[in-house]
Amino acid sequence: MEDYYKQLESDIRFKEGIRACINCGTCTAICPAASFYDYDPKKIATQVQTGDNSIIEALLKSETIWYCGECMSCKTRCPRGNTPGLIIMALRQLSINTGFFVESEKGRQQLALKRAIGGNILKYGYCLHIDTIDPELHPEAGPIWKWIRKHTEKLFERLGGNYGKDGPGALRKIPEADLDELRQIFDNTGATERFEKIEKYSAAKADKMGYKTSQTSLDPYFMMVFKHNSNTHYKKEV
Amino acid sequence: MILEGKKKLWNDYQKEIADDNYFYVRSCVRQNLFPGAEHTFLKIMRNELKKDVFEDPKHTTCTGIGYHSDIVPLETIMTVVARQFSLMSENGYSNFVPSCITSFGIYTEILELWEHHPEMEERARENLYKATKREFKAPANLAHASDVIFKFRNEIARKSRFRLIDKSTGKPLKVVEHIGCHYSRMFPHKGLGGAEFPNVLTGLVEAFGGEIVDYPERRACCGFGFRQYLVQANRGYSISCSRKKFESMAPYNPDLIITNCPGCPYFLDRWQYTISEMEGKTYGQNGHGIPVFTFEELAGLMLGYNPWDIGLQMHQVAFEPLLDKIGIEYDAHDKYCDADGNFLGKPEMPEMMKYY
Repeated sequence: MEDYYKQLESDIRFKEGIRACINCGTCTAICPAASFYDYDPKKIATQVQTGDNSIIEALLKSETIWYCGECMSCKTRCPRGNTPGLIIMALRQLSINTGFFVESEKGRQQLALKRAIGGNILKYGYCLHIDTIDPELHPEAGPIWKWIRKHTEKLFERLGGNYGKDGPGALRKIPEADLDELRQIFDNTGATERFEKIEKYSAAKADKMGYKTSQTSLDPYFMMVFKHNSNTHYKKEV
Repeated sequence: MILEGKKKLWNDYQKEIADDNYFYVRSCVRQNLFPGAEHTFLKIMRNELKKDVFEDPKHTTCTGIGYHSDIVPLETIMTVVARQFSLMSENGYSNFVPSCITSFGIYTEILELWEHHPEMEERARENLYKATKREFKAPANLAHASDVIFKFRNEIARKSRFRLIDKSTGKPLKVVEHIGCHYSRMFPHKGLGGAEFPNVLTGLVEAFGGEIVDYPERRACCGFGFRQYLVQANRGYSISCSRKKFESMAPYNPDLIITNCPGCPYFLDRWQYTISEMEGKTYGQNGHGIPVFTFEELAGLMLGYNPWDIGLQMHQVAFEPLLDKIGIEYDAHDKYCDADGNFLGKPEMPEMMKYY
């Protein structure tokens, strides 16, 4: 078995995130994810602290590590100065690197995030872009969003934006030379490699599950991971 | 003696905020969803306060949403942050002002990381140079845009045409403030009031004469949770978090909510709409929602800017009852007009929540 614990230890967030957890449960008490999902950050801290690679491998394949919302409330309250949210970030990174993320319903969603957010970053230079926030995929955005999308250019002009144009301002077109610098950074610092891994492992999983995947569009596998909820994740009523 | 002790303790909850010459970086969420808010910030800073605020069109996302969605590695975001600092240095600035709270958290975290692990800063320098041939200096001062507004809150309030007062009773309006998780949860000493005594918005609201509502879930997350909203299957988490806050604040009958983070006004606004459609329940008065402001919008409104020039029509919850309560006049037709006064047509109406 691979030494997953050693790999976790090489992540500065893991080192900063846990120093002798005393199992008090403060993180679980304050955690928004723990009040909604069947999730317990205290338990995760205990599990990784064992250094047992079989336990860590099970975590890397689990739904559990994907429940955290990274609000970092745990950082504020832990009397030991630990941050389960940082432990989660290190576990998620390792789950992607090992390909184990595709073994869980919530982990498989990384493909949707990579294509949606990653795609926006490399195409526009923004994590989000109004042109890609489809009202059909965002019914909660309300009728006002449909109206905003219909009149984007006129509204941005009225509100001092610079939608799709050169120069400064909200939602300006970021010059191609600057987007190239961003892409160079992605190539040189591991983001491109991570994106490729997410696509590669997802394509293999899609094939196994009988879904088509095309790497570029809202294909059936993308739509499945984006929308599917088995409704098995929630905290049981006490 | 006790008073001195209190003053000393309170010093830990203050922060240094530069006086002028700011390098402004925009927020992905705010410029998409509330472009008028960023425009209003710049208008207040430049026109009202006569400050120098520079924006370089070359700056990009900090990739923070990607980082907290676990698709962007730490090495990458550190290098993107280093590039933003490089643009600041190149333009001769040293006071860095992000519009986004997630970004503010990212910049704070990375500067702290570099302080404690200089080898990480060295790696960021090497990576940046290798990828772009750029170099950088770290900022002398880092403050969120709301910190800067807080610094000048009394001057802004003095110039304001309106106050957060019910014009018919003369009583202060009741305000819920929401500072957003990444403002001070990770590094409480970098936020005004820390995580325990959130003061950045409270100070602004009180300068405008409003009264803060101290409700049980005041410090709870709005529920963005990055992947917990961005992926449709997970949005139950997001709406549940917001709902918990609404249920907790509703008994206090707040007149408005003011937010710090660019995402929170969207969630606190749109989840009210969604809950109204799902459950037929509204949290404001008489079938309305509770209007949700960004801090820039509220400051602009108090200064007397046209509500539809600062972008209040980008929200789903109606602001009109609140404008009436304060005594702010508005042109109902103008709400749906472009810059030249051409009527764009009205959006569809929500089924349950009152809208105009």
